[in-house]
Amino acid sequence: MATGMTCGYGGTYIVNDCALWVNKGEIAVIVGPNGAGKSTAMKAVFGMLNLCSGSVVFNGDDITHLAPQERVRIGMGFVPQNRNVFVSLSVEENLEMGAFISDSNVSTLKEQVFELFPILAEKRNQLAGNLSGGQRQQVAVARALMTQPRLLMLDEPTAGVSPIVMDELFDRIVEIALTGVAVIMVEQNARQALEIADQGFVLVQGSNRFIDSGKLLLANEEVRRSFLGG
Amino acid sequence: MEIANAFALLTNFVIIPSITYGAQLSLSALGVTIVFGILRFANFSHGELMSFGAMVTILITSLFQTKGINIFPIPTALLALPIGIIATIAIALLADQLIFRFYRKNRSKPIIFTMASLGLMFFMAGLIRIIIGPNEYSFADGARFLISFRDFKAITGWDQGIAIKQTQLITLVVTLIVVINLLWFIYKTRWGKAMRAYSDNEDLALLSGINPERVVLLAWIIAGALACVAGTLYSLDKIYKPFIFTQITLPVFAATIIGGIGQPIGAVLGGFVVAFSEVAVTYSFKKFLTYLAPTNWEPQGLVQLISTDYKYAVSYIILIVVLLLRPTGIIPGKTT
Ligand SMILES: Nc1ncnc2c1ncn2[C@@H]1O[C@H](COP(=O)(O)OP(=O)(O)OP(=O)(O)O)[C@@H](O)[C@H]1O
Ligand SMILES: [Mg+2]
Repeated sequence: MATGMTCGYGGTYIVNDCALWVNKGEIAVIVGPNGAGKSTAMKAVFGMLNLCSGSVVFNGDDITHLAPQERVRIGMGFVPQNRNVFVSLSVEENLEMGAFISDSNVSTLKEQVFELFPILAEKRNQLAGNLSGGQRQQVAVARALMTQPRLLMLDEPTAGVSPIVMDELFDRIVEIALTGVAVIMVEQNARQALEIADQGFVLVQGSNRFIDSGKLLLANEEVRRSFLGG
Repeated sequence: MEIANAFALLTNFVIIPSITYGAQLSLSALGVTIVFGILRFANFSHGELMSFGAMVTILITSLFQTKGINIFPIPTALLALPIGIIATIAIALLADQLIFRFYRKNRSKPIIFTMASLGLMFFMAGLIRIIIGPNEYSFADGARFLISFRDFKAITGWDQGIAIKQTQLITLVVTLIVVINLLWFIYKTRWGKAMRAYSDNEDLALLSGINPERVVLLAWIIAGALACVAGTLYSLDKIYKPFIFTQITLPVFAATIIGGIGQPIGAVLGGFVVAFSEVAVTYSFKKFLTYLAPTNWEPQGLVQLISTDYKYAVSYIILIVVLLLRPTGIIPGKTT
């Protein structure tokens, strides 16, 4: 959970007094126009930007001043919007890097993730940089899963992915949430994403415009008109 | 017969020296490329790091020699080498803590790191001259030749001989061991993969929980060890002269860039490309062609493309040609 976050890049504030939260086993979806500050808000939650004000609380602990690599250790996983795989490493090595801090058995973890994304098992020795966009996104999500997160943060996991693969990815994400992981994701495919969302946030110019359950946002006339294209 | 003589001539004066020199360049270029891959700057102080390593090895070698410790017929320097390696790693880590860490904290641009490394280069060059002076040192003891010129001629009955110096064989064997182990480390071990991951995508490495300071530490340890081994092998094979290491920076950088900067295997290939070009272009082929040409067709001039005085220009030329034809290097490297 994050509250009253204000932050930006060198002087200008991009995110203003924004709040985001998600419960264990639930999916929260953030939608909003391009440049609204969705990615910036995600980075702020993960500590990749310093907050000017506000705080981030995880599992009851205030983690506002924790470094990103420390947040990985306490169970937060992040798939950034851009450059979210190691292109010069093989698929398998990408997963191994995800499990870098893990004390548990890496190969069982790997098998679990391969079960979730069978195509990756097939391509395990290929360089991630040579995969198609959809496969790459799967590697990105799989890498984050290998950190065994309790909170998984996804920034546009379905960007550049065909509709079929998108549905598949959403199914996987629902499955992940069902195992008790909290998921926060930013999505351009707002309608489909809100359908699987327990909680929805509409972000405009760095502030919360609407906060409601996914169903209610989908039913909201104004949200539909402005953000879902009718 | 003539062909055999021509072959022996070429092997003795071009092929064997190129392979030896190529191995030395490869080891040096590997160090530069690894620092570039992890810290993202061109480390101009690498040549002086080599010089420092060789210097410590020489000092320890002479200490051993006065105490009568040796491993004849192998040069005493190999016994002193581990101490040299430790000293070189220590100074590399010290420089990182005192200089480069500050710029890392400030997230400075690569050009600032590079300029700082130039400063470090001058500082270390001065330090080395204070410690050991500007003179040259020859410290290769042990057996000198595996096969001498005269023995070879006696055995084969040819006019030309092939001599193999012990230091040449040592260079090759040590390089082979070092390169194989290094590649195994980088491609097969957990921390090696973490280094490649960090080099590929720093932010994502952070998101995977990889500790960046640990990766940087590893990079300097590897670079320091490589620099010491390369510097020692080079001086053992030729001679130790402090100012040579300022000059050798050029072919080393050429090898690094030709191989694709940040690419370990590329650096090894690049080292051999530069060495072969440098030796072949400055070698006089007159005698060689005389053996092969029909009588009365002997070449008049030296048949030498450029004089040895210009050998460093060769690196420049290859560098420019590569940058024009294939800017990313043999194995596509990093651009930033
Ligand atoms: N590294 C940066 N430095 C400076 N400004 C930035 C940086 N990254 C983003 N911005 C600016 O911050 C604003 C919000 O960007 P952000 O990436 O958070 O938007 P977004 O909602 O994720 O958009 P999209 O839907 O296109 O991904 C934009 O105006 C952008 O120009
Ligand atoms: Mg974004």
